[in-house]
Amino acid sequence: MYRYDEFDQEFVDQRTAQFADQVRRRLAGELSEDEFKPLRLMNGLYLQLHAYMLRVAIPYGTLNGRQMRKLAHIARTYDRGYGHFTTRQNIQFNWPRLEDTPRILQELAEVEMHAIQTSGNCIRNVTADHFAGAAADEIADPRPYAEILRQWSSIHPEFTFLPRKFKIAITGAPHDRAAVQVHDIGLQLARNDAGEIGFVVFVGGGLGRTPMIGRKVRDFLPEEDLLAYSEAILRVYNRYGRRDNKYKARIKILVHETGLEELKADIEAEFDKIRHGVLRLPEEEVHRIEAYFAPPTLEVLAVTDAAVEARKASDAAFAQFVAHNLNPHRVPGHVSVTISMKPIGGIPGDASDAQMDVIADLAERYGHDEIRISHEQNVILPHVAIRDLPALFDVLVEHKMAEGNAGLITDIIACPGMDYCALATARSIPVAQEISERFGNAERQAEVGELKIKISGCINACGHHHVGHIGILGLEKKGEEFYQITLGGSANEESSIGKIVGRGFSSETVVDAIETLVDTYLGLRTSKEETFLDAYRRIGEEPFKEALYGIG
Amino acid sequence: MKVITGNRLLDGEVVWLGENGSWVELLSQARVLEGSDELAAALEVARQSLADRVMVDVYEIDVTVEDGRVVPVRLREIIRAAGPTVLPHLGKQARTATA
Repeated sequence: MYRYDEFDQEFVDQRTAQFADQVRRRLAGELSEDEFKPLRLMNGLYLQLHAYMLRVAIPYGTLNGRQMRKLAHIARTYDRGYGHFTTRQNIQFNWPRLEDTPRILQELAEVEMHAIQTSGNCIRNVTADHFAGAAADEIADPRPYAEILRQWSSIHPEFTFLPRKFKIAITGAPHDRAAVQVHDIGLQLARNDAGEIGFVVFVGGGLGRTPMIGRKVRDFLPEEDLLAYSEAILRVYNRYGRRDNKYKARIKILVHETGLEELKADIEAEFDKIRHGVLRLPEEEVHRIEAYFAPPTLEVLAVTDAAVEARKASDAAFAQFVAHNLNPHRVPGHVSVTISMKPIGGIPGDASDAQMDVIADLAERYGHDEIRISHEQNVILPHVAIRDLPALFDVLVEHKMAEGNAGLITDIIACPGMDYCALATARSIPVAQEISERFGNAERQAEVGELKIKISGCINACGHHHVGHIGILGLEKKGEEFYQITLGGSANEESSIGKIVGRGFSSETVVDAIETLVDTYLGLRTSKEETFLDAYRRIGEEPFKEALYGIG
Repeated sequence: MKVITGNRLLDGEVVWLGENGSWVELLSQARVLEGSDELAAALEVARQSLADRVMVDVYEIDVTVEDGRVVPVRLREIIRAAGPTVLPHLGKQARTATA
């Protein structure tokens, strides 16, 4: 994986020292809160419901055992013994003290980590497919490009005060696991007829109060133009994006209000001016960065292992784990393992300091020291030999991370909601927990099959509810929590925004409503192979509406 | 009925304005304000705490009294006064359970 060179390390050290001084000046009264707030936000420090919250960047969701152990140490030493993995592949600590944050950032810098640009109106952490560099269906590892974008976007002088935040996602496989079409810029690696690498480029996707699917602006952007073209998009956005209304300030609104063709022409005109300049990406530089992401040397192994097969036959939980939590690897005899951070009845995305230490150990012992965080709030070991699965599973069982539910109905995305968040209008986590318990039986969830439920506790949609096969949005109505259900959303290569099915439900009835929807699907599907989303797309919303609200 | 709340600057702790301009860590110790004069005077004290860098972000909330206990009207403030509803061992609720 990428290692800091002297420029990266110096930059992060300088920023850490700068923030330590800003905290000192705030506490000494030299900076007011109005002056300090934008500074702390650019270093990932929020003020939430109960305390400050520190969001630490995990660039494109990749980290190693040493870094994970440092996160565990921070959780244990400066926080309350746990962290929360987010839908942008970052980690949040919910209880840090302001006075401790300079020390926390110093500790992070020791392991090449930071919290820069995890908030504020700037280019945020670039997210990527969590199976990058491992997946069998991949065209190329997207992370070298994500790293190049990270270097380009880190304190980019032109783009530090954008109209609003800006999120980039990249995938290297045709099957999009990075939700690129709901990002401000979405990049999908492609190969042209000559075998050269390039990108399909989407612009103006996003969730929040105005959900939109990104519009394709390029079918094939050559590799060497990645930075110049990105810069052209950002320049057009920075110049024309609205600053009069923060709810209309994202690039999706600009795309919508300007019209795709005109905006594309603006981008191309800007691109034309700078394409042959300093931003042209030299091939040697791409190779230099790629070398950091060189895959581990993996021995080709047998794809079936007698011990694994025997364990599957004798241990239903292991069989369930193997059936759902493994992704095909490009090297035979290996898999990418999803460690579920969704225990039945648990809090989606939370990991204790002890669990983080165990993940670090497992990565070092069985996973070539590589760890990924997925935008679905799980942890991935991308390179694991199939023969090591029983031993790995035993450790996961011991530490309550062995749920075989990846991609199933209990693998729920949920934002922190009103249990933590100052913006929330309702709680998300308790709804996720109740659904998880309702469907937690292993046979039942396997029978339901692939079903992505995503829950947000307010209209800002951090829980991605718009792209849930079933989405749940928590609102406040007359002082009570109230949940709106959407159906038919999806965040893969065939992205769609879910449609509100009808009037909302109280916290007491929303899980019954979800069960009604699931039962309706089970009764209507043509076979077990037809997923909830497929069935919904085939038959439409009427049967679901009828089941929820009756006829008329 | 109202109380004044906010977060402490240094550690972010949720606190309420108590007696004699102090900031208290439990809602049960907060000073309940009746009428606009009391509220205005309390807000003045709170603003001074911002200026003195004791507090960050102060505001008033509506409360009622139920069985002799002060209870916020809005769920958001009930959760702030207790801690995450999903982790009963964390936040102020853990303290009040043992206190």
